[in-house]
Amino acid sequence: MSDPIHIARDHILAPVGLEERDIDRLLGQLSAPGIDAADVYFQSSRLQSWVLEDGIIKEGNFNIEQGAGMRAVSGEKTGFAYSDDLQFPALLAAAQAARAIARGGSEGRVKVSEALSLRRLYQPLNPVESLSDADKVALLARVDAEARRQDPRIKQVITSLVAVHDVVLIAASDGRLSADVRPLVRLNVSVIAEDGDRREQGSSGGGARDALIYFLHEDRALDFAREAARLALTNLEASEAPAGTMTVVLGPGWPGVLLHEAVGHGLEGDFNRKGTSAFAGRLGQRVAAPGVTVVDDGTLPGRRGSLNLDDEGTPTQTTVLIEDGILRGYMQDKLNARLMGVAPTGNGRRESYAHLPMPRMTNTYMLAGDRDPQEIIASVDKGLYAVNFGGGQVDITSGKFVFSASEAYLIENGRIGRPVKGATLIGNGPDVLTRVSMIGNDLALDEGVGTCGKEGQSVPVGVGQPTLRVEGLTVGGTGA
Amino acid sequence: MTESAPDDTAERLARLEQIVADLLAEAKQRGATAAEAAASSDAGLEASVRLGEVETVEHTRNNGLGITVYFGNRKGSASTSDLSPAAVRDTVAAACTIATHTQEDPCAGLAPPERMAECIPDLDLYHPWGISVEDAIALAIECEDAARDADPRIVNSEGATVSTHAGIHVYGNSHGFVGGYPSSRHGLSCAVVGQEGESMQRDYWWSSARSPADLDPAAEVGRRAGERTVARLGARRLSTRQVPVLFAPQLAAGLLRSLTSAISGASLYRRASFLLDRLGERLFPEFVRIHEEPHLPRGLGSAPFDGDGVATAAKDLVSAGVLRTYLLDAYSACRLGMETTGNAGGVRNLRVQMGPLDRAGMLAALGTGLFVTELMGHGTNPVTGDYSRGAAGFWVDDGQLQYPVEEITIAGNLKEMYAGLLAVGNDYDFPGSTQTGSWLIERMTIAGE
Repeated sequence: MSDPIHIARDHILAPVGLEERDIDRLLGQLSAPGIDAADVYFQSSRLQSWVLEDGIIKEGNFNIEQGAGMRAVSGEKTGFAYSDDLQFPALLAAAQAARAIARGGSEGRVKVSEALSLRRLYQPLNPVESLSDADKVALLARVDAEARRQDPRIKQVITSLVAVHDVVLIAASDGRLSADVRPLVRLNVSVIAEDGDRREQGSSGGGARDALIYFLHEDRALDFAREAARLALTNLEASEAPAGTMTVVLGPGWPGVLLHEAVGHGLEGDFNRKGTSAFAGRLGQRVAAPGVTVVDDGTLPGRRGSLNLDDEGTPTQTTVLIEDGILRGYMQDKLNARLMGVAPTGNGRRESYAHLPMPRMTNTYMLAGDRDPQEIIASVDKGLYAVNFGGGQVDITSGKFVFSASEAYLIENGRIGRPVKGATLIGNGPDVLTRVSMIGNDLALDEGVGTCGKEGQSVPVGVGQPTLRVEGLTVGGTGA
Repeated sequence: MTESAPDDTAERLARLEQIVADLLAEAKQRGATAAEAAASSDAGLEASVRLGEVETVEHTRNNGLGITVYFGNRKGSASTSDLSPAAVRDTVAAACTIATHTQEDPCAGLAPPERMAECIPDLDLYHPWGISVEDAIALAIECEDAARDADPRIVNSEGATVSTHAGIHVYGNSHGFVGGYPSSRHGLSCAVVGQEGESMQRDYWWSSARSPADLDPAAEVGRRAGERTVARLGARRLSTRQVPVLFAPQLAAGLLRSLTSAISGASLYRRASFLLDRLGERLFPEFVRIHEEPHLPRGLGSAPFDGDGVATAAKDLVSAGVLRTYLLDAYSACRLGMETTGNAGGVRNLRVQMGPLDRAGMLAALGTGLFVTELMGHGTNPVTGDYSRGAAGFWVDDGQLQYPVEEITIAGNLKEMYAGLLAVGNDYDFPGSTQTGSWLIERMTIAGE
């Protein structure tokens, strides 16, 4: 029973008495003449969350979502409908609505068969049931105590734990029937430190495609508590960030959100097919300094952004986006790959059955260089050392991107100096990586906290990078 | 689903009311001392075109129900997209299981019974649009065509979308309160790409309304998207400096969101607000009045009762520059030792009293400085009010637009920005639940070249 396709049948099809021939009929309905491709995406998702605040377990929530999305594609046209009722008549009505973009009343014929997948980037387990409820709330209580223990100035602590059991079954008009069971867990700690009139926040957390035991390994959860407290306390001491263009050293790991915003979105296939990305038509050109290699890799075991197969049933892969500074490839879903005459790259993702898939990132990171991070910091006379970030945003057409630091220090004469308040950094995507002048040997991936939004759809992603020295980034502080 | 079907609204409302009643009965059966439940159902159509051709046609249909049970001062919640009787039972059971692990919270519970909305005024929120797929596509094409025709430098398009959604929401609780009403929302939007030399820019415009009759003409929405896009071409950077800044009305609404978030109960009792203990104090100059009007007919933010079942009511958040109220739900009110303000779920239809100056007058008042028309990123710190965001807009000299600017940041602190608000224009120009003109802020730091 540990095979995803059996779990999916058991979870989704069996309770409503759906059989394979019903799926064949749905695909037949969708595959009218003139339809190039069609798929049916079944999903059953269970989410449980707990919140500890003021030292007590205050809230818990359990959510069940299930349904099926029907898509019919003809050239550049897509018809889409979905149903949260999995009874066959409701599904058939959705299929008929979706395929209405093509004229004509006759049906196509599709016979699905199971696509074999031996991939196990994560176990097909149910993380909601991977720990007893009593143990979950006990874990949060320990995290809360650990954060408060750090310093009497830590006044508020909110910790949360989320576990998601997501089962998908994808039937495509090419006859492939594939399934994936996707566990996802997340723990977050957010604190407020107070010192006289000053208050600052700090937050930390992590997650993975794993059981909840993940947070108990190596004291991971307690590390998040200590890190959140450290950040808030550090920010209590922070003074005004500088304003202007300067050399910036970005720390390893989560600062890789730079890559996600500055180049990642601009290299998604849809924007490049349409020619609306600042990177459109630039394959083979230099877009980064020599030594810069950036990949999108959905195949890292257990990572938040990883998938055995994407939401169109395509196995994920390692896609080289930039190789030694040269633009090599885009991230594709099936529709955009077909229209651009290339192969899909396993980047077709959707928030749920109620959303259309589109090219999305998985885990996006820059490979390590050979510099000692200490040497990189020592090389800067005057600049900014930014090690933690909040979110970012990009305008893929103009190429302008921002990302906001939540922990940063001045660098003076090659040494890390006083902490400065969070500031937004702004730059130009096609140009910023050409200004990378040193690449550290300390590649790290983030702790598993990333969520990416595009056209109203959120999906979990990962980022990573080694320590980087970047020349001439604009830092949006208020200080001199 | 959007063809002119017979109106079965009353039937569907009754069905959702029955689901809410079933949820509450099931909770009582399982020993809950109190409970609250909600159910909703909506359907819609979104048609998108790009470069004159259909791109996507989406039929949307969303159902949901949720229950929160209280066992004394312990609570548990559960929700699902499945409205079947079996789902009702399973969902209540799941919420009750959760409640066996949560702990006593003296403030957990329903709002006081005497605060429940007594009558549900008809706010004229339901105007379903029986537009066919073909007509929606034609309208989207009209919108996009107008954008592409606005200027020869418009070379590409992200497309135009026509959307229509209509649904019903019902909330009830074990005080015996049940309230439900249908509502609709329709939209038109367009985004195009302009090019000049090597530089590409995109911009958009939209219209949104409860009734299709209140949508702006498609060609008008498209033309504005096109004009906004070409106005950005040839943008330059600025050097680092301190200048006065004029926020376009839709961005001023964002400064207002930072205010409403900072005076919301959840931020205050967590001490996660830059406006702690400021009730009754002056935040803005004396001319500033900010008013909430939740019963505005056809208002995009209108609602007859809040997320606790408490009647919503019009009030000043700020008058004569002074903060007059927090925005509280039942829980945060209890935590702060105050009374709910009927703001469970947020604030509904804000109105900032507009001043005498139109856009030209506001630019003249700005004199030499930055007119911001777009902001990027999340650089607002809700605890300290520190503000640092990516910006694009226009450099203004002597009240005249000089050239577009981009790839700069603007920074300050929201407390100082509010206190340094010099004028609010009467140039309100965007659809949404917040109505404000542009805001002229005395001084901010621009970081650039």
